[in-house]
Amino acid sequence: MTDLPAAGSLRAGAEALAAALPPLLADARHLAQTVVLGEHGRRRAGLGDAFWQYRPATPSDEARTIDWRRSARSDTPFVREKEWQAAQSVVLWVDDARAMAFASTPRLPTKAARARLLAMALAVLLIRGGERVGLADPDLPPRRGAGQLFRLAGRLAEDGAADYGAPSVAAVPGQARALFVSDFLGDLAPVEAALATAADRGVRGTLLQVLDPAEEAFPFEGRTIFESMGGALRFETLKAGDLRGRYRERLAGRKARLAGLARQAGWHLGLHHTDAPAQAALLWLHRAMERVH
Amino acid sequence: MLVLGPVGFTAPALLLGLAVLPVLWFLLRAVPPAPVRRRFPGVALLLGLKDETAEADRTPWWLLLLRMAAAALLILGFAGPVLNPEPRAAAGGPLLVIADGTWADAADWPRRQERITALLDEAGRNGRPVAVVVLTDPPAGPLPFQAAGSWAERVAGLEPRPFAPDPDALAALSARLPETGFETVWLSDGLARDSRAPLLAALEAHGPVRVVESPRPVLALAPAAFREGAIALAVLRPAAGPEAGVTVSAHGLDPAGIARELARLGLVFAAGATTAEAALALPPELRNRILSFQIAGIRSAGAVSLTDDALRRRKVALIAGREDREGLDLLSPLHYLRNALAPVAELIDGPLEDVLHAAPDVIVLADVARLTEAEAATMLAWVERGGLLVRFAGPRLAASDVARTAENPLMPVRLREGGRTLGGAMSWGEPKRLRPFPDGSPFAGLPIPEDVQVAAQVLAQPDPSLAERTIASLADGTPLVTRRLAGQGQVVLFHVTANAEWSTLPLSGLFVQMLERLAVSTRPAAPAAEDLEGTVWVAEKRLDAFGRVGEAGQIAGVAGSALAGAIAAGAPSAAVPPGVYAAGDRRVALNVIGYGTVLAPAVWPAWIPVEGLAPAAERPLKGEVLAGALALLLLDILVALWISGRLGGPRATSAAVALAALLVATEARADDSAAIRATGQFALAHVLSGDPEVDRMAAAGLAGLTRRLFERTSVEPAEPIAVDIETDELAFFPFLYWPVTADQPLPSDAAYARLNHFLRTGGLILFDTRDADIAPSGGTTAAGRRLREIARPLDVPALEPVPTDHVLTRTFYLIQEFPGRFAGREVWVEAAAPDAERAEGMPFRNLNDGVTPVVIGGNDWAAAWALDPRGGPMVPVGRGLGGERQRELAVRFGVNLVMHVLTGNYKSDQVHVPALLERLGQ
Repeated sequence: MTDLPAAGSLRAGAEALAAALPPLLADARHLAQTVVLGEHGRRRAGLGDAFWQYRPATPSDEARTIDWRRSARSDTPFVREKEWQAAQSVVLWVDDARAMAFASTPRLPTKAARARLLAMALAVLLIRGGERVGLADPDLPPRRGAGQLFRLAGRLAEDGAADYGAPSVAAVPGQARALFVSDFLGDLAPVEAALATAADRGVRGTLLQVLDPAEEAFPFEGRTIFESMGGALRFETLKAGDLRGRYRERLAGRKARLAGLARQAGWHLGLHHTDAPAQAALLWLHRAMERVH
Repeated sequence: MLVLGPVGFTAPALLLGLAVLPVLWFLLRAVPPAPVRRRFPGVALLLGLKDETAEADRTPWWLLLLRMAAAALLILGFAGPVLNPEPRAAAGGPLLVIADGTWADAADWPRRQERITALLDEAGRNGRPVAVVVLTDPPAGPLPFQAAGSWAERVAGLEPRPFAPDPDALAALSARLPETGFETVWLSDGLARDSRAPLLAALEAHGPVRVVESPRPVLALAPAAFREGAIALAVLRPAAGPEAGVTVSAHGLDPAGIARELARLGLVFAAGATTAEAALALPPELRNRILSFQIAGIRSAGAVSLTDDALRRRKVALIAGREDREGLDLLSPLHYLRNALAPVAELIDGPLEDVLHAAPDVIVLADVARLTEAEAATMLAWVERGGLLVRFAGPRLAASDVARTAENPLMPVRLREGGRTLGGAMSWGEPKRLRPFPDGSPFAGLPIPEDVQVAAQVLAQPDPSLAERTIASLADGTPLVTRRLAGQGQVVLFHVTANAEWSTLPLSGLFVQMLERLAVSTRPAAPAAEDLEGTVWVAEKRLDAFGRVGEAGQIAGVAGSALAGAIAAGAPSAAVPPGVYAAGDRRVALNVIGYGTVLAPAVWPAWIPVEGLAPAAERPLKGEVLAGALALLLLDILVALWISGRLGGPRATSAAVALAALLVATEARADDSAAIRATGQFALAHVLSGDPEVDRMAAAGLAGLTRRLFERTSVEPAEPIAVDIETDELAFFPFLYWPVTADQPLPSDAAYARLNHFLRTGGLILFDTRDADIAPSGGTTAAGRRLREIARPLDVPALEPVPTDHVLTRTFYLIQEFPGRFAGREVWVEAAAPDAERAEGMPFRNLNDGVTPVVIGGNDWAAAWALDPRGGPMVPVGRGLGGERQRELAVRFGVNLVMHVLTGNYKSDQVHVPALLERLGQ
């Protein structure tokens, strides 16, 4: 069920953030490989809004494709063809796991809130640029138009039940671009598998890791039981302060591994902290989505 | 009860719990501190990590120690600790309480009384008969063993005496001890005394003896002595001790006759010394005023030393008639006088007229025959004011015709011409000896040395009064010294010269003693027995054991010998109590401490238990110990928070800030500035209801009305004032707007008193229930019910709905309805007098005077009046133009109301009727 006020505020916030940026046009190099119409004219007949040419109808053409106005001026039926337009399909995956609902202090937004805001802002930019934006979810394939923003916002506002999220690329169309936003603190195997699959399908994209400052600094002391946000994982330590160094090592290792994965798959990897301004992160995302490999 | 040293336990069994502490130690060591639960997504990264140090899982040892201490305190606390437990095991049999009751007890006598009371209480609990004996005032009969209760009332009346117990009385007391055994508690004054041992032995024969002694050292002041031009002071202590300082002050009368401290001197006991000495040098004028010396801060007769003639230095003027003669000093008529008086008196030399200005006590005229008329008159006046004129005969006097034929007021007797010479080369007789001094003579009792001989003298005329004026005579009865009282003073004539020409008297010690008896000189130190022999001394001042100097009252005189004995022994007694004794012009002080008194600490046999005086009152320590345990546990909470890293978090900071704010927050009270503000200018006021929203609206409403009044009328109120009826003065305000809420607290009685006073003195309260009187079931609204409760104690008259001819309808605007945010329901005011009649042709009744004390309604006027800061209405009223009209009417009601408050029934005056009729007619 969609939380309408949340969705509305999410969209409004995203619009506000996106207002400052120029429309994002996806990399033209991929246009040739996408078969989806967009506003980037392909100088060939296809599914588009702009007129391309009339051609005589062939028996394989459906009757409804015949342009009767043009056919009436001659004896043969003509078919009206429109110019192919290439649009980038961008698939967003925003981790909705409960781990993302963490904020170390009430002053900071949760990771999920920041991740959704960034993803939504990017979606606004993309849609303003005429791209097709969807979710990795099969229910919400990439589409264009402002209406898609409402659907995206509604879907993004939903919370998942899992402790840690895992991306799925099953619904990602080939040659699309993808943006995975998560804290990547869970198991990396699904991420690795997803990236591998995506690479196979020619999907390029960006990984954006969103972390809370506390997750970087690990400012804990004393005997502590750490629980995952869902409570499924628990770890008890007697001296949390002693673990700080090793935790940071592991986090660094996790980042390094993520970077390695991204490099292998030809993806970008970004890191964003919730105490940093979202604008900078969006700028980085904007450029990363434009960047050509 | 288990007693360990000074602490006992009422429930010692609980102390076994202390044995559990080691177990608790191990348990606490084994159980790590309670963990903090944290939700943390990064936990996935932590999985598999091991704690490096196993030590950290244990509580730090000092925290353990803290907790163990808390636990131990809990156990100790519940075991019922009692400080100074009184031994419950009581001995049976009678109890004898003995107090020395000397001056040395006086310093802490109240504590001794407390101790006696404690002993009596204990004996009373145990049903033991008690006798209390003060050794300085021993009972005459057998020991008065009585019930403890009957003694308890008498303890307050026990008093120490300013002398030591009489050894004879103590011996008698030992002899009177009963046959039966008894226990003795002896409250000793801590000073050694010979009379003590026999009594102690007698008491021990009857039962155990306990001794109670104050650990406080006894300090005593030795009598002051005049030595080498300064007053020598000495403070004594019984036992050598560490270095200690003590202050001695000199008290006396100032020139105005007021007793005050004249001087102060610090003395220091050297370590190991029992005497502290110092000299106090004072000018003679000041020195002669000293009445006593006291050790500052000690209430005891031993700390007071009364002074007598020994310190007093009389001013003696020596005047000779033959000063111009060149000759040997030994032949000077003043040589012997000067030598005799110099150590003990202040000598004044000079011409007679100058000397008199120096106010001498004594003037000695050695062989001065003639005085001028003026000199004689001045000197006579001086004598009659109390001066002592001592004249010595001599060749000049013998040759003169002074007091030959008539009595000279400056001569005690008439003299025969020429005098006589005895035992010289040209005479037959032997030089005469002195006859023993008669009783009644000031010289009575003085021994007469054998070698005093008189070779020449002047002779007195045998007058009828000669016998009574003669105070010393020669063996043949001829007067040697004559005296006449003149006014308050006296004139004394020695019928011999002041030098050794005529007699050997000036060469003898008798001469000095005679001068001393005449109070020409004063004795240098303790009076010897012979000094006082044959005189009777009357106590003038008495010294009690506490060192207070009082009037002696009617006490029989004391023989000089007894007084001398007491002074010599330094031992006053009941018969000769300490104080100042007077005989004639002479004063002798008998102090508790004599010239030779040495203080020594009391020594008790080793088997006698000696206790301190501290009243060992039982003091349960349970509360303190448990409070300590609680404090430790609270500390433990803080420490535990700190260890677990929770003390520094944002919540802790905010909690600390809140706590600090709570501590710092002080209620700012209105002072006079509020009153000045309220009275400086007319201001509308509203009663604080306690609901901030309602109060805000009331303030805004009155602000709006104030603004409207400013715009439309000549009433220009100041900013509205919020009034707390509990604390603020109401008399400053003519008008109160009181929004009533359903949960408003009822005013206090004091507030009601102020409100009623406010109403009676012409104030008006507008009660507004703000609910349009719309109740769910047609009854009374909640605010209405509250209003009734609030108004019940108020002095509110009978009410009626505002009649159409009420003055409120025409004080400024002509209105007939009184809407606020709600329009409707009636508004109630004080009912008109029932006999109000409407005159013919008049539109209004002739209503009563005065302002209605209350206006009651529920139209929420404040909301209708309220303006926001930009001047726009804060709350919508009605709809459209009709609503604006309603708001305007609400404002008009407010204006009318304020006008009514300020002008009273002015508009009710019939003078205005024509104008009003004209307006109404339009």
